[in-house]
Amino acid sequence: MARKGPVGRRGFLKGAAGAAAGAAALATSTPAAKAQAPERAATPLPSTALAAAEKSPPIRGDVSTVDVYTTDRPGADFMVDVIKTLNFDYVCANPGSSFRGLHESLVNYGGNKAPEFITCCHEESSVAMAHGYFKIEGKPLMVMAHGTVGLQHASMAIYNAYADRVPVYIVLGNIQDIKFRRSDVEWAHSVQDAAAMVRDYTKWDDNPVSLGHFAESSVRAYKIAMTPPYEPVVIVADAVLQEEPMPEADRRTARIPKLTLPAPPAGDSGALAEAAKLLVAAENPLIVAGRSARTPQGIALLVELAETLQAPVQDRHFRMNFPSLHPLSGGNIATADVVLGLEVQDFWMATHTQTPINRMGMQSKPITKPGAKLVTIYSGDLYGKSNYQDFGRYAEVDLSIAADAEATLPALIEACRKLITPDRRRAMQARGAKLAEASKAARERDIELAAYGWDASPISTARVSMELWNQIKNEDWSLVSDVNPFFSSWPLRLWDFKKHYQYLGEHGAYGIGYGAPAAVGAALANRKHGRLTVNIQCDGDLNYAPGVLWTAAHHRIPLLTIMHNNRAYHQEAMYLTDMAARANRSVSTFSVGSGINDPNIDYATMAKAYGMYGKGPITDPKDLGPAIKEAIAVVKRGEPALIDVVTQPR
Amino acid sequence: MQKLLLAALLLTALVRAQDPAGNAGAGQRLYMKNGCYQCHGTVGQGTIAGARIGPPRLNAQGLIRYVRRPAGQMPAFTEKVMSDRELADVYAFLKTIPPPKPSKDIPLLNDLRGK
Repeated sequence: MARKGPVGRRGFLKGAAGAAAGAAALATSTPAAKAQAPERAATPLPSTALAAAEKSPPIRGDVSTVDVYTTDRPGADFMVDVIKTLNFDYVCANPGSSFRGLHESLVNYGGNKAPEFITCCHEESSVAMAHGYFKIEGKPLMVMAHGTVGLQHASMAIYNAYADRVPVYIVLGNIQDIKFRRSDVEWAHSVQDAAAMVRDYTKWDDNPVSLGHFAESSVRAYKIAMTPPYEPVVIVADAVLQEEPMPEADRRTARIPKLTLPAPPAGDSGALAEAAKLLVAAENPLIVAGRSARTPQGIALLVELAETLQAPVQDRHFRMNFPSLHPLSGGNIATADVVLGLEVQDFWMATHTQTPINRMGMQSKPITKPGAKLVTIYSGDLYGKSNYQDFGRYAEVDLSIAADAEATLPALIEACRKLITPDRRRAMQARGAKLAEASKAARERDIELAAYGWDASPISTARVSMELWNQIKNEDWSLVSDVNPFFSSWPLRLWDFKKHYQYLGEHGAYGIGYGAPAAVGAALANRKHGRLTVNIQCDGDLNYAPGVLWTAAHHRIPLLTIMHNNRAYHQEAMYLTDMAARANRSVSTFSVGSGINDPNIDYATMAKAYGMYGKGPITDPKDLGPAIKEAIAVVKRGEPALIDVVTQPR
Repeated sequence: MQKLLLAALLLTALVRAQDPAGNAGAGQRLYMKNGCYQCHGTVGQGTIAGARIGPPRLNAQGLIRYVRRPAGQMPAFTEKVMSDRELADVYAFLKTIPPPKPSKDIPLLNDLRGK
């Protein structure tokens, strides 16, 4: 211990001017320094000013009076103690000075384990990695960021996570007390109310003023984030609390509260009895699943409900809710007499059609038949905010059950079973047989449609999907990218999805730039399970923050990335064509501002530049299968690999 | 050089005049230039955003009628945007697209059956 008494940064700053000059003199006057002198020979010569300062006597006289700024117990160590109780596997961050104390403590005091530091090149990547990780592992990751510029970088990804009901645990560095801001940089990076910027799309935040306060609020934040509906939370770690020695008062009194996660809220029993009555009596019930499967168990429960009722399930693919080839997968909302929505955030959209986007005016009409009963089980009814409008249009329903769907399904299944008479069972079995036939016919249609454009170049998205499926179908695979609608949903139409980690759903708020980092985060989660992680990567998305490829390479995160390189922000290209046609003007200008060509981006070279395997561009469909095989061999060695495939637009 | 260019233009006009069903080469260029491929794919195979149109199931007049008054998400293309002649060229291009191989002859697809 080199600290002289309880010296903190206050003492250090008071004597800083003298210390700067004095330290140099001290360094050269001690035996240790002399012994080290040859090793310092390469140090550049001092400037004239520094040389003059070194020759001057210390401002405060005897060097022995200069405060030495060390401590054996910075506050950040206690913060690490708190963080370790929350059992994070990783902390994703782009390094920043406002949380440098915590960064150092995590690595040296915390041993860089639980959590382990994952170096990110952009805060948007940090948060999106945590987003993807959670959807595989069911555990939040911690993210650190500057309270100002770092959070500004992170904000879009936080909104995505918020809209996608994903908890991300964000710790912000900030220097609250103006006395401790040492430069214009620190003034620019300090903020009065750090979490304000993202308060509209985080569930809870706090700005602790002591270490004891940090402990309690950190545990509370975790509990709030992990109570359905899951959402991101923010804790501010004040830089002075991080870097100063832990105050005596905190040493005596600060404690880390026990974390107890609440049981998710299940639906009211009376309401469930009413829902069961409607469902069992229905001739054509339909289940619509949004984020129904909150955990892997959610898939099994939805299968059980569907099979109990012999009711079809329309999966909106915000999560992996229902096996894609199950005979009850499908259904037609237009013929349903009872529709049960399970965690469907956009239930109004699921039950209505609207004027096409290119038409003037705005009209909508229900697509359910008159008299159809609508029932929802939705945890979003328990919580909401007003400014950002991701909650969607108000859904008029007949029975609204404010609860977590997965927690509610066991009771609903039981309530249905109690009401099923032998007659109803026979009717349900007959319905199930018809649905199985319809499901089989729909699959046959998709197989036929996939043949169109099979040998085309650019390569059809159906062909890419099948070349990929052919190589992974016998592996323990995990598709971690959104393919609906960017890839014409081909994997969802053709592959055999069964397990929760085989499909993760969408961005949440449709903020582009999610795909690549979320895939790396998901692959990080899959790594310890030995799964083959596959990412079909949109080109526009990758270009927001491609540095995440380096993160994958640096941390040896195995991930197969297949570029969906249509060389455009293609959705916008289609919109521009729509708008031009509507305005009766030339539609040939759509690529201005929406094309990603001239020059074409060489993604294989990009991948190599970031230190990973890259191959392509592949334009001949015959070359694709062998390229995928080669890349999978790389991934199986524990490394990321990327194949650039020039694809059809959708 | 100018004479050569003029001759080429005359020849093109002659070929087009003799091809009331439309000029497939010109049609393919229009199909790409005017963004038809965005929703229908470069060989008319269809995507999640637009129907399969190659090879076409409608006749030329049917295609033109549909483009003028489409249903669903497709924007209407008036004559100011694409003339009947240009649409006839696009139709001629779509007619050149061969039907796909039967899916049963594509092992990767045929293997999906029964699963």
